[in-house]
Amino acid sequence: MRSLKEIVKSFMLWELLVGLKLTGRYVLSKKITIQYPEETTPISPRFRGLHALRRYPNGEERCIACKLCEAVCPALAITIESAPREDGSRRTTRYDIDLFKCIYCGFCEESCPVDSIVETHWSQYHFEHRGENIMTKPMLLAIGDRYEAEIAKARAEDAPYR
Amino acid sequence: MTELHNYTLNFGPQHPAAHGVLRLVLETEGEVIRRADPHIGLLHRATEKLAESKPYNQSIGYMDRLDYVSMMCNEHGYVLALEKLLGITPPVRAQYIRVMFDEITRLLNHLLWLGAHALDIGAMAVFLYAFREREDLLDCYEAVSGARMHATYYRPGGVYRDLPNKMPQYTPSAWRSEKETREMNEKRQGSLLDFIQAFCEAFPQRVDEYETLLTDNRIWKQRTVDIGVVTAERALQLGFTGPMLRGSGVAWDLRKKQPYEVYADLDFAIPVGKNGDCYDRYLVRVEEMRQSNHIILQCIDWLRKNPGPVILEDAKVVPPPRAVMKESMEALIHHFKLFTEGYTIPAGEAYAAVEHPKGEFGVYLVSDGANKPYRLKIRPAGFSHLAALDEMSRGHMIADVVSILSSQDIVFGEIDR
Repeated sequence: MRSLKEIVKSFMLWELLVGLKLTGRYVLSKKITIQYPEETTPISPRFRGLHALRRYPNGEERCIACKLCEAVCPALAITIESAPREDGSRRTTRYDIDLFKCIYCGFCEESCPVDSIVETHWSQYHFEHRGENIMTKPMLLAIGDRYEAEIAKARAEDAPYR
Repeated sequence: MTELHNYTLNFGPQHPAAHGVLRLVLETEGEVIRRADPHIGLLHRATEKLAESKPYNQSIGYMDRLDYVSMMCNEHGYVLALEKLLGITPPVRAQYIRVMFDEITRLLNHLLWLGAHALDIGAMAVFLYAFREREDLLDCYEAVSGARMHATYYRPGGVYRDLPNKMPQYTPSAWRSEKETREMNEKRQGSLLDFIQAFCEAFPQRVDEYETLLTDNRIWKQRTVDIGVVTAERALQLGFTGPMLRGSGVAWDLRKKQPYEVYADLDFAIPVGKNGDCYDRYLVRVEEMRQSNHIILQCIDWLRKNPGPVILEDAKVVPPPRAVMKESMEALIHHFKLFTEGYTIPAGEAYAAVEHPKGEFGVYLVSDGANKPYRLKIRPAGFSHLAALDEMSRGHMIADVVSILSSQDIVFGEIDR
């Protein structure tokens, strides 16, 4: 048997009113949304976004074409060709990352013995034409040059954990 | 002229309530369902076959993409199977981190499920509130692994990195003053553990809010009570696991019945339903969220007191730390070996299962002694639930199919694999 109180509550649409009160409270409370392009949510130093190839402070590229990243890439997104440079050092002649294949697992960065290939904090990019999804070596180096300060800062913050 | 009785209705694959890419052929008589025939395979990506062609560790990232709303739990199943075959046990701290993130994943999954279930039935607001909480939890994912969803965080022998001591913070912008930014960053001053603790302390009230909106609501009850009833006996026969089985009144939970990691040391209860209808399954999942919250708090407590390694120091399976790798020749050789060839596992087979938010997620692994699996079989939780859709929805109205389907918590990433 339902009590009188319950029957009265039921006729008063009590539980619906309680629900409406909750929504009403949130209508008047402060919004938690972020005004996206002008402000962004915080990004962790471990964030795995667009790739970049880094250089040493003297301008020499770090990559030595050991091809560990190519070997470890689960999606086979990395293609490397290498040859000795004029000065005899081993360098890549081709370093392509297919962003359509990449699954952003971070294994390339994990495997790189010279901290060359990294996944930056940058996650906002788009392609307009077919073929732009292939990041070539100059493109990757350019991203590295542009964001070197942020990349180095994030790596330094995370270094004790790796 | 012949009189038509039955009517065949195609539901999905492009239907917002189809939870991805389910194609359902419904045979109806008026508005009553006579037969529901689920067609699967539209999201098949051959994960099991792909895993046969790459070293063991490289498949971890693909496990995230099976059930893409409970990422780390999938990884956990796979990593446990690997550890069983390798015969290694991760450090206790790693086990606690894994349990904590399994429970965070359970919250993530149940929050999405609750929001989507309510949205399917017609309650819009819960979805928005559930996503507010998911945002914080995804921040935890990002802080620890670097990705908001596809974490690739667990490794055989532990987890990749320890929990960070700092949370990333909001920066002032044209929209927000210094003071407002400081308020937003209030919870982010301490370590990740502080952040999770602040979340967990606020979370029970949030669950109360969802319950205020749904539990007593008469429309919600009319749409879920006595819909899709499965008896305990039938649920066992149909191979149900997880909340689907517990909703029918069987207290089966792998965390209790076959404890893995440190679940045996933790205090939590298994909520059990009574009638096995959509409403009971809803209540069970809501209570599971509260229990998960309780488990997370216990893990935080332990993790604060016990610093230590989070991954084994076994150079044959786990790559050496970066600093060591740069100094020692032997470590560098191990590093190169592990990232090219990986490790080999002695011939044998193992089945490891975890209590995934949706049920029992099992990985059956056969090794022939090589550095990649000979065969990998995934036992998804949702598959047997979906198989019972026909039985559960027969005799109900068309609109009830949506309630039943979403109460099963179907995600096609794991069913189609």
